[in-house]
Amino acid sequence: MTLPFALLAGLILGGAIAAVSARNRVHSGLFLAASLVGLALVFLRLGAEFLGFIQILVYVGAVAVLIVFAILLTRDADSPRERIANAPVSGILIALALFALLAWGVLLWNPGPPPAAIPALPVKALGDRLLRDYVLPLQAVGLLLTAALIGAAVIALPPPRPGAPDAGEPKR
Amino acid sequence: MDSLDQIFVLAKQALLGLLPVAWQPWASAVISVGAILAVFPLLFALTTVVERKALGRMQNRPGPNRVGPWGFLQFAADGIKSLTKEDIVPRAADPVVHFLAPLVVVLPPILAFAVLPVGRNMVALELPETGLLFFLMVGTAVELGVFMAGWSSHNKYSLLGAMRALAQLLSYELPLILSALAVVMLSGSLSLTALVERQSAVHGGFLVGWNVFTPWGAAGALLFFTAALAEANRSPFDLPEAESEIVAGYFTEYSGFKFALFFLGEYLGLFAISGLGITLFLGGWLPPFSFLGWVPSWLWFFGKLGALMMIFIWLRGTLPRLRMDQLMQFAWQFLLPMSLVNLLVAGLWHFTAAWPLALRWLLGAALLAGPWTLYARQFAARHPRRIYRYVT
Amino acid sequence: MSPLKLHLLLAAALFAVGLAGALTRRHAILVLIGIELMLNAANLNLLAFWRYGPNPEALNGPLFVLFTIAVAAAEAAVGLALIIAIHRRYRTTRIEEIRRLHG
Repeated sequence: MTLPFALLAGLILGGAIAAVSARNRVHSGLFLAASLVGLALVFLRLGAEFLGFIQILVYVGAVAVLIVFAILLTRDADSPRERIANAPVSGILIALALFALLAWGVLLWNPGPPPAAIPALPVKALGDRLLRDYVLPLQAVGLLLTAALIGAAVIALPPPRPGAPDAGEPKR
Repeated sequence: MDSLDQIFVLAKQALLGLLPVAWQPWASAVISVGAILAVFPLLFALTTVVERKALGRMQNRPGPNRVGPWGFLQFAADGIKSLTKEDIVPRAADPVVHFLAPLVVVLPPILAFAVLPVGRNMVALELPETGLLFFLMVGTAVELGVFMAGWSSHNKYSLLGAMRALAQLLSYELPLILSALAVVMLSGSLSLTALVERQSAVHGGFLVGWNVFTPWGAAGALLFFTAALAEANRSPFDLPEAESEIVAGYFTEYSGFKFALFFLGEYLGLFAISGLGITLFLGGWLPPFSFLGWVPSWLWFFGKLGALMMIFIWLRGTLPRLRMDQLMQFAWQFLLPMSLVNLLVAGLWHFTAAWPLALRWLLGAALLAGPWTLYARQFAARHPRRIYRYVT
Repeated sequence: MSPLKLHLLLAAALFAVGLAGALTRRHAILVLIGIELMLNAANLNLLAFWRYGPNPEALNGPLFVLFTIAVAAAEAAVGLALIIAIHRRYRTTRIEEIRRLHG
């Protein structure tokens, strides 16, 4: 194990554990962001420059910000007076069992020798494959994102109150 | 004249030549980082003084004129003042997050300068596959810093400022990226250096083919710089720090040098995003006319940057601040649809390459002007002119 | 140990942490955080197999990761919108208190 990988693994796992166990929910969101930055750095080390940057752009720039924004909007950022866990023991046991199973499988498995050179990730080739072989999934994802955009806006609209002015009309 | 153009590149190579070969990659990085850290904060210092003087002139007052010749050393006095002030952390604040926030705000713009080509062969980090993506990525990291500052201060004005800033940054990111995407579509590259070199074609013997001289480029540049002003929290989009409404927004509870760091981060962000706009639309370090090619390339870049700064200062002195709902409406109902239309026009421009130039121009301009006027009329209908009567 | 196995172990650990979070926390947003962690663990797996597996020129791993990131972004947006809507209606975001989902 190389030192950079160990450091990054520590950052990712430490951030993830802190994110799911922090009492303060805003801290959870920030730890999640730290963990995902670590993951993006692992992507960079794997040679996927493009995806590492996309990872930070989407997760740190959008998802983490949305999460902390939602935490603030639901207004219980400052009420830590509760048991943090629902059924802590059984949940952690299930997760540990799953990890043991996965690790067992990984350790028993014997992959072939890894390729020596880091494979290139040319963005042009990625786009070519996306628009030739994966057109249908691409369209589906585009539809999904559009639906999510509209759906999120509709769901989060305040419920119309009788007698209130139409939501589209600015108040004068 | 090549030697003047490449003077900094040659100086760096000469300096590297003095060192053993094994050190050279590291030394090269250190020199580039040192140059970035020296040039842009100095530019920040100069800009603050110029801005205060220009705003003063617009408001019929002299502006700073006491420190140094014509007040031009005001930035040094301000810097010393903020360094010697007490650093106050509110008792209710979250100390770790409160401490980290200024760093998270200042670091990304500095990182962004690494991929920005400020002259021919003058880019600290050449990312041939992902240059623009890197730039956009570090731009989004600022949002988290803004949130951290606003939330950790435990002050309602800070929190309001942070919420405003987040909503604004998230909304204006879309038109910003979409208008940059039009350039990427037509240039077929994400490397900022390649984007500049694509614009070096010469039309009619002397006019350079900057992207801004195409219908999609002109509209894209307008959309881009509007969104860039919002991303940089500049007036008229400076709601997150509107001093007449919410004190100083998300950095209300910062004092001394941390406050100065927010200030620095804001201006560095403005420089970085303006530099990106110059690279995408205004030809980067290319001269506007080919007979002006003897002027060094870095001078063109910084000249364009300075001109943009003057325009931004002018806008700040001219335009009133938007209201929050107007801000959101503008981003989602005008900028976003227009940048989508712009993408369509860029696609058409690509596929009609064989047509005569005038016809392509006419088609592109018509496709852009139609929705533009439609939206403008809809806007005008929604916001009738308000008439104020003063009671005497 | 080969680097592929190291990356797979890291991904398994990250997935387990995310699962533990999603199972044990009571706050809806924290459950969402757990789910995001699990999705990212899957992404790490895909990229590790692309990097160290046979036939990396096909770019299947990165393409899958690209799709996962897009789907995860949509999921986060809709999930958070739902949480905000639920909070507005029931004044709580603790999942065990939200028992009735009819209007």
